[in-house]
Amino acid sequence: MSKTADVIIIGGGIVGCASAYYLAKRGVTNVIVLEASRSIGHGASSRNGGGVRQSGRDVRELPVAMCAVEKFWPHLSEELGVDTEYTQEGNIRMGKTEAHLKKLRTLTQNCKNMGLGVEMIDKETVHEINPYLSDQVIGASFCPTDGHANPLVTTLGYYMRALDMGVKFYTGAKVAGLKKYRGRVREVILEDGTVMEADNVIMAAGYASRKLINTVGLDIPMHDEIDCCLVTEMEPVMFPQMLGCADADFYGHQTHHGSFVFGAVAGPEALMDEDTDTVNFAHAATLGASCRAIEGYVPSLKNAKIVRSWTGWCDCTSDGVCVLGRPEETPGLILATGFNGHGFGTAPAVGYMLAQITVGEKPLVDLSPLRFERFYQI
Amino acid sequence: MLDIQEKLKEIGPYVPEDDDDLLVCRCEEVTKGEIRKAVHGGITTIEELRRFLRCGMGLCQGQTCGTLTRRLVARELHVPQSEIDVATSRSPMRPLAMETAGNDLGNEEKL
Repeated sequence: MSKTADVIIIGGGIVGCASAYYLAKRGVTNVIVLEASRSIGHGASSRNGGGVRQSGRDVRELPVAMCAVEKFWPHLSEELGVDTEYTQEGNIRMGKTEAHLKKLRTLTQNCKNMGLGVEMIDKETVHEINPYLSDQVIGASFCPTDGHANPLVTTLGYYMRALDMGVKFYTGAKVAGLKKYRGRVREVILEDGTVMEADNVIMAAGYASRKLINTVGLDIPMHDEIDCCLVTEMEPVMFPQMLGCADADFYGHQTHHGSFVFGAVAGPEALMDEDTDTVNFAHAATLGASCRAIEGYVPSLKNAKIVRSWTGWCDCTSDGVCVLGRPEETPGLILATGFNGHGFGTAPAVGYMLAQITVGEKPLVDLSPLRFERFYQI
Repeated sequence: MLDIQEKLKEIGPYVPEDDDDLLVCRCEEVTKGEIRKAVHGGITTIEELRRFLRCGMGLCQGQTCGTLTRRLVARELHVPQSEIDVATSRSPMRPLAMETAGNDLGNEEKL
């Protein structure tokens, strides 16, 4: 077992795996990735709805989402040697009431101001783009460069490529904490007592990042939320767009496989204080509520059969966007956490920029709005 | 703690077998060879395997191939079958129409 490396990445999700891959691609192959569970991509990376979306994003993280779509997603399958199923056919965010449309107009204008190509479209245009939608849909925002991909294969694709390039991966490697050496974060202490050392430590452990950075005196105001997803059996090819709605009742798309994947917020149990080690099951009431919401927008799916439902964890910060970069007070430590459910679509750009930050290069986009210090400038 | 690089070294490279084209997962049409190859590419758990190849994720949710798949993975990794976690079962246990699932509160209480 290796105990020293140039970089230790805590968290074997898509952010950790993508960072490892982009580091290895730069020639930094003395990298260790520590995954607490037995499986790579055990957390939100494999439990999300697969959205690769820019529209409706917070303006602080929009440049990262746009960078991912412009520079990474289009050739990612080729690069990783797996089929990421990336489909760039647009995101329709639907509205049924005037209040919905008002909300959508604000989101659209905010994104347009940042240079994103997104428009409000009327009822006729929505139904032209997607004839399967309910007649009650009276308008929508449409961003043609948005899309979806397969999060399971993409995460494992990054992992397998990084592994192939020599990155060392450890699963079942639970980290207990970090330790500074001469003012610099250097040691990673595992629960079994193993001590590992690196010049740089990337913290990409979802909500678990919080208690781990606590061990070197940092804290991020955040909480863990549980979200629910479901998948249907194969259906005939219907539409290629990603769907969402103004009230966020549900989101989803049809996969290349033919099944539909939908996600929804898990209602009251979203904020249960669950140990993230437990295997979460979607609450029966959530499943029913999701189905009613989906049927309300895509009526012809009422006979589609659900084969599986699951839940995932969503590491949410108090201000709704992730924390990316080096905290000023802890040299040696790089944070990449609190993705608020937006981590999958942005992961290629995030992984690339984490590799840039690690080697001391200026990141592709300005990450200062996502810096750790923002929580403490009151 | 599993050191994946060490494990892959220990089990050696993927060696094709005559019956690698045998279908193991009938619902999603995944072959024995695909499963064996994935293990040598770094897939070490049923959870990862299902996500990578979709085996056990179809209509029967692995009720037919679950045990076979575990046995294959264990053999390829040179570990006892008991060390390979079983796949997670998820609701609903039989395919369920959205309309039926959405009808759980009765007409009066629709959220």
